Order: sequence, then C-alpha cells, then structure tokens
Amino acid sequence: MNELIRFSDEQAMLLETASAFCREKSPIHAVRALLGSDHGYDRGVWEEIVALGWPALAIPENFGGSGLSLAEAAAIAEPMGRHLMAVPFASCQIFVAGVLAGADAALQAAVLPRIAGGAIGTVALFEQEGDWSLTAGEAFGARDGETVVLSGAKTFVCDAAVAGFVLVSFVLDGAPALAVLTEIAPERLRREIVIDETQRGYRLDLDGISVPMSKIMTGTRALAALDAVRDAALLLNAAAAAGGIAGVLDVTVEYLNTRTAFGRKIGSFQSLKHTCAEILVGLERTRSHVWHAASVLGSNQDAEIALRMAKTEAGEVFTFAGDRAVQFHGGFGFTFDCDAQLFLRRALWLEYSFGDGAHHRRWLADLLLA
Amino acid sequence: MNELEDFRREVAAWFRENRPAEPDFLLPESFMEVGSDAQFAYLRDWQRKIYEAGYLGMAWPKEYGGGGKAQAFQDIVNAEMAAQKVPFVPNTIGLNWAGPLILAIGTEEDKRRYIKGILNAEDIWCQGFSEPDQGSDLANSQTRAVRDGDSYVLNGSKIWTSLGTYAKYMILLARTNPQQPRYEGLSYFLVPMRTPGIELQPIRKLTGEYGFTQTFFRDARIPAASLMGKEGEGWKIAMLTLTFERGATGGQAGGVSRVALGLGDVVEMAKTARRDGRPALEDPFIRDQIVRFAIEDRGDQLCRARAEIPALCAERPNAIPLSNKLRVSEHRRRLLRFALSLQGANAARWVGDADATGGGKWQRAYFNSFSSTIGGGTSQIQANIVGERVLGLPKD
Ligand SMILES: Cc1cc2nc3c(=O)[nH]c(=O)nc-3n(C[C@H](O)[C@H](O)[C@H](O)COP(=O)(O)OP(=O)(O)OC[C@H]3O[C@@H](n4cnc5c(N)ncnc54)[C@H](O)[C@@H]3O)c2cc1C
Repeated sequence: MNELIRFSDEQAMLLETASAFCREKSPIHAVRALLGSDHGYDRGVWEEIVALGWPALAIPENFGGSGLSLAEAAAIAEPMGRHLMAVPFASCQIFVAGVLAGADAALQAAVLPRIAGGAIGTVALFEQEGDWSLTAGEAFGARDGETVVLSGAKTFVCDAAVAGFVLVSFVLDGAPALAVLTEIAPERLRREIVIDETQRGYRLDLDGISVPMSKIMTGTRALAALDAVRDAALLLNAAAAAGGIAGVLDVTVEYLNTRTAFGRKIGSFQSLKHTCAEILVGLERTRSHVWHAASVLGSNQDAEIALRMAKTEAGEVFTFAGDRAVQFHGGFGFTFDCDAQLFLRRALWLEYSFGDGAHHRRWLADLLLA
Repeated sequence: MNELEDFRREVAAWFRENRPAEPDFLLPESFMEVGSDAQFAYLRDWQRKIYEAGYLGMAWPKEYGGGGKAQAFQDIVNAEMAAQKVPFVPNTIGLNWAGPLILAIGTEEDKRRYIKGILNAEDIWCQGFSEPDQGSDLANSQTRAVRDGDSYVLNGSKIWTSLGTYAKYMILLARTNPQQPRYEGLSYFLVPMRTPGIELQPIRKLTGEYGFTQTFFRDARIPAASLMGKEGEGWKIAMLTLTFERGATGGQAGGVSRVALGLGDVVEMAKTARRDGRPALEDPFIRDQIVRFAIEDRGDQLCRARAEIPALCAERPNAIPLSNKLRVSEHRRRLLRFALSLQGANAARWVGDADATGGGKWQRAYFNSFSSTIGGGTSQIQANIVGERVLGLPKD
C-alpha cells in the first residue's frame, strides 16, 4: 500500500514494452540519421506506434482510444527520452489533454477519433518574447459574426508541418481562449533552427486565419484546457528527461570504463566517479518525483506542486549530466561525433520548454511558503 | 487498512499523553552525543517506557521480546515520534544495527540472551570498528583477538566509540589471523564491555560535548562464545552490519535516534529572521533556496516510496538503498548550514548565549550533522560505493 507512488501492472507492462521498442527502433545511429531529415522522425516507426495505440492511450474508448491516462503515457515518454527518439508522441498527448479538458462534446467528437486513427495534434502556445507564461501571449482574435479572425504569431510549434490539428492559444475579448485549427497552409509555417536537432519547431503565422466559434474554447473551459496542457507537458517533459539522464549516464559510464589515462581507467579517478554518483543520485530523485507526479495528476494543488518539482529536478539534473558528459569525454567530447552533445542538446531543449528550474521554483515558493 | 489508521490514532494519543517532562538540562541531539549520566538515565527510562507500551521492536519475533507484528505498525510509531518531536531512544546501535544482525545470523542462544535487553534499554550496545590509524580503510583493522583455551584475548584500541561509556556490549571487528590477507584475517565478536582490561577514555567533540570514547584493550579476556559466526568471517559480518547502519536494509527495531530539526523548522525561522527590515521569507533568493531544499527533501521521501515498487527499480535495484546515506546526510548538512545563514549576524552566536536563536541549537545541529557525513562511512566513501557498486565504475 503506497500512498505516494502508484504504478499499475498496465504501466509496468507499457514501460517494459516501450523500453524494448525504443531500444530496437532508435539506436543512436538511427537518431543521427534523422537529424537532417525533414520531419525528424521515421514514418514507419511512427506508424508502428500508432498501430500499438500509444497516441490514443489517453483518449476515451468512445472516441476510439484506450481510455487510460497520461500516467500511462509517461511510461512511454521515459524510454523515448532515453533513446532520444523523436516522434510526435508528446505533441499528440499534450494536444489531447487540452481538448479533453476544454473542448465541448461536439469538438471532442470531431477531433479525438482522428487522433486515435493516426492524425497528429500539437499545441501552439509560445511567442516571440520567449515568455513561459501560457497566458501572456499577444496573439488575439477579433469576432466576425460566428467566426473569429486571428492575428499574431506563435513559436516553437512542435511537429506543425505534419500536424492535422493545432491547439492555439490567443486572447479573445481580453481573456485567454484556445482554438483547434485544422489544415495549416504550409506557407504559414517557418521552420525554426532549434538547439536539439532531433526536434522540429515552427513559427506559425496566424494573421487572417478564420475559425468558427464551434472550434473555440473560452472562459473557464479555456483556463481548464491551459492547465491540462501545462500539466501534460510538465509530466511528459520530466519523464523524457528522466529517461535522458539514464541514457547519458550510460554513455558516460561506458566511456569511463574504457578510456585510460596515466595507466588507469579514467573511471577510477574520483572527481569523475563522484560526479557520476551525484548524477545517479539526481536520477533517482528525478524518477521518484516523476512517478509521484504521474500518480497524483488530476488532484489539483498536490499535482501542481508535484509536477513543478518533477520538471525542475529532471531539467536541472539532465542538463548537468549532459554538461558533464561532454567534459568527461575530453577532446572527443568536443566533437559532433560524440553522443554527449546529442544528449546535452536534448537536455537544454527540454529544460527550456515549459519553464526552467528557477521559473518553477518561484511558483513553488508561492504554493509552498505562502 | 482501517486497523492501521486506528493504530495511528492510538499511537499519537499515547505519545501526547506520555511524553516525558522537559528535563532541567539540555538534551543531546542524538544518541551520539549522550554525555552525562542525567541525560543517559532520562533517555534510557524513556526507551523502556516506549518498549513496555509495546511500541519498539514491534516487527521482531515475539519469542525474543518483540511484538511479532507487521513492519507497518513500527513505521507508524517511528513517523509519529518524529512528527511529535518526542525525545529519541538511545540504544540505536542495539536496536538498529546489532539487533537486526543478531536476528539475521545469530545463534538461538544469542537471540535469547541479547534481544530483550536491547529493546528495554537494559543492555546498551556500542560499536568497535574504527581505530586511531584506520577508519575508512576498515579492512585494515589491527586490534588483535587471540584464541586461548575457552577465551579470546583482546589487545589494541578502537576509537570514536559512541555510547562507549554506557555500553554493556560491543560489536567488535578484530584481527584473529595477521598472516592471512586483510579481509580473511578478521573476525567478529559480541564483547561484554565490563571485562577487566577494557578501558575507556572519553573524547570531547567539536561541539564541546562528550559522547564517544577511545576504547583500549589490554589483555582483555572474553569468552570464546563471544565470536560471531566463524573465525575469518568478520569482514562479511561487518559489511552486513553496515547495510543495517546505513539504512540500506530493513529489519531495524525502530524508534527515532535523533530529534531532527527539519525543513519546516527552517521555514518557521525564515518568518522571524529579517532581511532589509522584512521577514527573510519574503526574500526571493531565500525562497528559491528553501524550495531547492524542499525538492530534495521530497525527492528522498519519494525514493523511499519508489523503492517498494520493483518495476520502478528494475534496472539498478541497489541504487536507492546504496545512495540513501549519501543523499540524506549531505542534504541535512547543507540545510543546517543554510539555517545558520538565515539568522544574519546572529549566525555567529553559540550555545549558551542569551540571544542565540533557539538557544544555539542550530549551530549545534550543523556541527553535529557531520556525525552522519563522517560516521558510518564518510560521504566520499559512500560516493565510491555508489560509483563502483551501483554504476560499475572501476575501483580507485
Ligand atoms: C560522531 C561520530 C560517531 C562515530 N561513532 C563510531 C562508533 O560508534 N564506532 C566506530 O567504530 N566508529 C565510529 N565513528 C567513526 C567513523 O566511522 C569514522 O570516523 C569514519 O569511518 C572515517 O574514518 P576516519 O575517521 O579514520 O577518517 P579517514 O579514513 O582518515 O578519512 C579522512 C578523510 O579522507 C577521506 N578518505 C579516506 N579514504 C578515502 C578514499 N578512498 N577516497 C576518498 N576519500 C577518502 C575521508 O572521506 C575523510 O574525508 C564515528 C564517527 C563520528 C564522526
């Protein structure tokens, strides 16, 4: 009887299956081979993932999904992070979380079965200034009869070029609102050059897009959707980072057990060994935070505290582990060929998505210290 | 689960009603700083009272004096003692290291002879591992034990013997065969301390307190039956002892062994401490620091919860237990140093000063926090253990 962490047989099975799947489908040479590709992922692999039903895990059964939750999705996100797999899995989960929390029944029925059938969804939340606040954006909508016309632009819209649906945030009548966009014209997208070459981020030009009110969430629905989007993003981001820490620690330990200097394995030098121990300690704490957060998701304030703690710990430990991985490989660590950089880039990408440690600690201070 | 809930209520009420009166002397912070007879008698009586109420050794076998119940009951008692900050129980080495060891590998006679006295604090235990010339390098222990008829004769010296002054028994690591390689030459003994030839020299700690001794053996003759296991098994048994000591294994009798100043106390202090005329708790950097500690603290608590779920520890099952001491003790040391900084200029006061915050208990607690980063294997040694045994890195 464990009150803090619940981990079902279902989750355990998914974790095991997904670990084997990602190990097989995403060896490091495959990750590298995709760096220069258009969409950053292997279509065949994604089709297998769709066939396994993973994008539809948290979609209710009446919409063609499995009726599970993000707690199960996290069991897939962790191994994906470990093997640097880049598929639109997290984009879809975050999109679905927003739609489930904020869309009315008709909109859900219009969208969710399509995702369950393999269509890709993503979210468009951030803007030029790089502010992490989900309600500080300046994109806005102007009413025009039964439709709303959008203006402004969004940035870091992941996987937008392959997305059939985009959940976009904007201001309507002075308050946060969200719209589900379909069929984004390619000329509205500009691919961004991002630090993690496994990821695909786009700038989305909203000017003049006209959306019917039936696809718009306002008021408390919009706020609920934004909270759900944030929660989903924090959990999956932290789970992916937990996987990443384990992955980069493997790379480092492997090198420390092979490379020699001064006639000994470099892993026998304590400044390296003890730093690895410190990373291991961070990994253990991170995984504990992540699986606790997954257990309390949906329980209001407890969940918010747990998620922000998980994101903070995961992000900082992963970046530290990636940074040290580069250093501990010496001159080789400075090369593009060394895998340390792949992990460091992923770590920075994750840390600076949805708020870094200092950002979340400020929120946590208010939640914990009054 | 209702049974546990009822039990929690019963225990909470019992500790509220039976908490001993505040003594007119300063209580030590942990079992390692028991330095006066008055302190010792107070804490020993308190342990006996808890045991007699049935709240110690609850998960130990009934036939030896335990409660024969599930561990969950003892966990509730421990949590309640910590939450109510009642005085600690002094026989930590008996309850948590020697006791579980005897139950795990002792003879039937050992169990009948020792367990009850450990629980009711009749028999205080101490540990003779470290020596003046070697501590981290425990396998290099040189104290000699020579078999002579029905006895072993001990010569040499152990040091940093916590509770040495009050102990009736010692778990001792000594060399029976200097010809053999360092590990094989060691043996393990359960030593009666009131043996002629065993002498104690109290040592003063960095806080000014007492609580450990140097222990001298000069032709001290102990019964041959004091040997635990066989000759040459000392190292193996010492390592098993350390898994209990470092909290890497269950089986302990329970009870808390220190009154811990925790994060909650730090937050309270931050409300009264001042920065630029305002409560320190409003300072954004102090808030950031406190949240950092909160995330770590929570992380360790959650590690204990995750350790119970095999599917979430599959890859490195020993990672959480073997990193436990390092994580918890280093966190605590840094937290207490931060607590001093919160006091502003008053951080420079010491125990006994009329204006010292909390009578100087924070300063004392910070100094005493090194007991856990040094004692029981230093943090540097713990980091080696994590690096080598958890991650598989080569030895130094
Ligand atoms: C409060 C307290 C209570 C204690 N109670 C007891 C007790 O009851 N019974 C008992 O037997 N012992 C007890 N000890 C002793 C304790 O176990 C030892 O002090 C400890 O193991 C360190 O040994 P040492 O003092 O010989 O230090 P040393 O081994 O001399 O270490 C000195 C420094 O060198 C570092 N060092 C040593 N080897 C290495 C290495 N391989 N790699 C990196 N760094 C290294 C250490 O980390 C330390 O910082 C107690 C200690 C304290 C502080």
